[in-house]
Amino acid sequence: MIRNLFIIFFTILSTKSLALIEVDITRGNLNPLPIAVSPLSIDEDSRKSFEKIIKKKNIGAEISGVIENNLITSGLFNPLDKNAFLQAPDIANLKPRFEDWNLIKAQALITGKVNFVNEKLRVEFRLWDVLAGKEMMALAFTTVPNNWRRVGHIITDKVYERLTGEKGYFDTRIIYVSEEGPKTRRIKKLAIMDQDGANNKFLTLGNELVLTPRFNPTSQMVTYLSYFRNLPRVYLLDIETGMQEVVGDFPGMTFAPRFSPNGQKIIMSFAKDGNSDIFTMDLENRIVERITNHPSIDTSPSYSPDGKFICFNSDRSGYQQIYIMKSDGSNVKRISFGKGLYGTPVWSPRGDLIAFTKLHKGKFYIGVMRVDGSGERLLTENFYQEAPSWSPNGRVLIFYRETKTDSKGEGFSAKLWSIDLTGYNERLVGTPTDASDPSWSALLSN
Amino acid sequence: MIFNLKHLSNCEKVRISNIDQGAIMKLNKILKNAFLITIACIALSACATSKKTTGQMQGDVYTGTDTVEYLASGVPDRVFFATNESVLTTASRETLRKQAAWLRKNSNITIVLEGHADERGTREYNLALGERRANAAKDYLMTYGISSDRISVLSYGKERPVDSGSNPLAWSKNRRSVSVKAN
Repeated sequence: MIRNLFIIFFTILSTKSLALIEVDITRGNLNPLPIAVSPLSIDEDSRKSFEKIIKKKNIGAEISGVIENNLITSGLFNPLDKNAFLQAPDIANLKPRFEDWNLIKAQALITGKVNFVNEKLRVEFRLWDVLAGKEMMALAFTTVPNNWRRVGHIITDKVYERLTGEKGYFDTRIIYVSEEGPKTRRIKKLAIMDQDGANNKFLTLGNELVLTPRFNPTSQMVTYLSYFRNLPRVYLLDIETGMQEVVGDFPGMTFAPRFSPNGQKIIMSFAKDGNSDIFTMDLENRIVERITNHPSIDTSPSYSPDGKFICFNSDRSGYQQIYIMKSDGSNVKRISFGKGLYGTPVWSPRGDLIAFTKLHKGKFYIGVMRVDGSGERLLTENFYQEAPSWSPNGRVLIFYRETKTDSKGEGFSAKLWSIDLTGYNERLVGTPTDASDPSWSALLSN
Repeated sequence: MIFNLKHLSNCEKVRISNIDQGAIMKLNKILKNAFLITIACIALSACATSKKTTGQMQGDVYTGTDTVEYLASGVPDRVFFATNESVLTTASRETLRKQAAWLRKNSNITIVLEGHADERGTREYNLALGERRANAAKDYLMTYGISSDRISVLSYGKERPVDSGSNPLAWSKNRRSVSVKAN
């Protein structure tokens, strides 16, 4: 905490204009920062050109809508009602009348301009500190018009980073399993969407059961479990090309795959004769290595961000608990000692925490603990929930939650939810169908 | 066990007779507690073995026939497990012996053992647990002379429940290993 505060402090001091506003994301934010997102201004010719291409009346307003929605879901910002804005967007972008923005209690202001230049989308934006009456940041991007939503996400990332001192997580995607049909015969498909739920796309047809997709942290590759031909195996999928291949040549079920932090290995479980152990396969030279060798169930492995350690789930003590070991499989150490069962450990991208699912007295919890097992903190309790996945900045967790069925066995649903590391800001993540097994991508632009 | 405890307490008393009374009393208290716990354990285990709740479960193992199908007349296709367990119950072993006899009679038949878990566990652990359950059944069939090349194993984890209910009875039906004819 002290270190985090120091970083925020340092970042603010080190920038040219001395800003008065800052957002502390290390605590639950009960007073989100009031921020005004002025619609990005646009000239009439540009507006018409974009209307033809993206079928939206005003691309400037659409982009600021994306930004506003991101700011709301972060829980750290409170975008103000546009009807209260006194200054026109084009003039505000040149020089805000800070008294006017101060009057509606805005502490920060985002302004900008959109142009159609050589068939491309050019966006410039500015972030203003209303109280200090100063410009905090000014940037411009050029891209193809169809990327307009990403421009909104990148702007949000820049604003978030400037005001919190930490990288954002908005220009990212979520891969998940879409679910339909009765509980006893669920149809499952791989699906992908932007972090805010837009651009949803199905990647498989639902002919075979698919589970647990996970992003490669360094590319647009995904690893997942497919029951293709009734042989449950770990697969590799290139989202760009749609190419798929089975990972390794194992004489039995492989499952629970995840990438190593450098994206070069897949770590997974292999089950044989009633015993599951952890293996890795190098994607370049195809060398398979055994990491654990124990008659218990060893599964759900996840690397530390430096690749030196692995946390995993094992029932070697008799029940499901969380263990860590060196990446070669040595120095196995149990770290979960609280009451109940522990599963699905996932190492935070910041390195200091492990997120998990806990079952205690018939309730399921999503929680975090330090890597030595101390400081356990339960973030949310429910009838059923599991499988947390970290936002790339390690501030938010996405997971899935299932509802209890009624006495007739009906009313089942599975949905994605997100919650801040602080335990605040729990939100339903909208999906067109039921959904489970979410995995958060790295930042697309870096 | 109770006898041993008494015996132990006597020994200890003799050995520490020259230490102050307080310590002895403390020790007595500890031993008394241990004794009570032992009694409680015995009572509990007696409960567990005689527990026949609602006629369809013994402990939390399903004993009903609602979901059971038959490979042949008198040969049930599935066995059930306790929560988090892959140990075969007496009833399960009886079912598997019937399956083994049927498989010996029909030597051209191969089967897939489909292992399942209930919905009250994390997905990946349940995949491993389903595999472990199916293999428990496979091992037992093999001890009755069925060759391993006639048996393959497929774990579905919690992906294919037979009962969509969210209650202990539904979960007990879903913790199962099902022998499915493969040819």
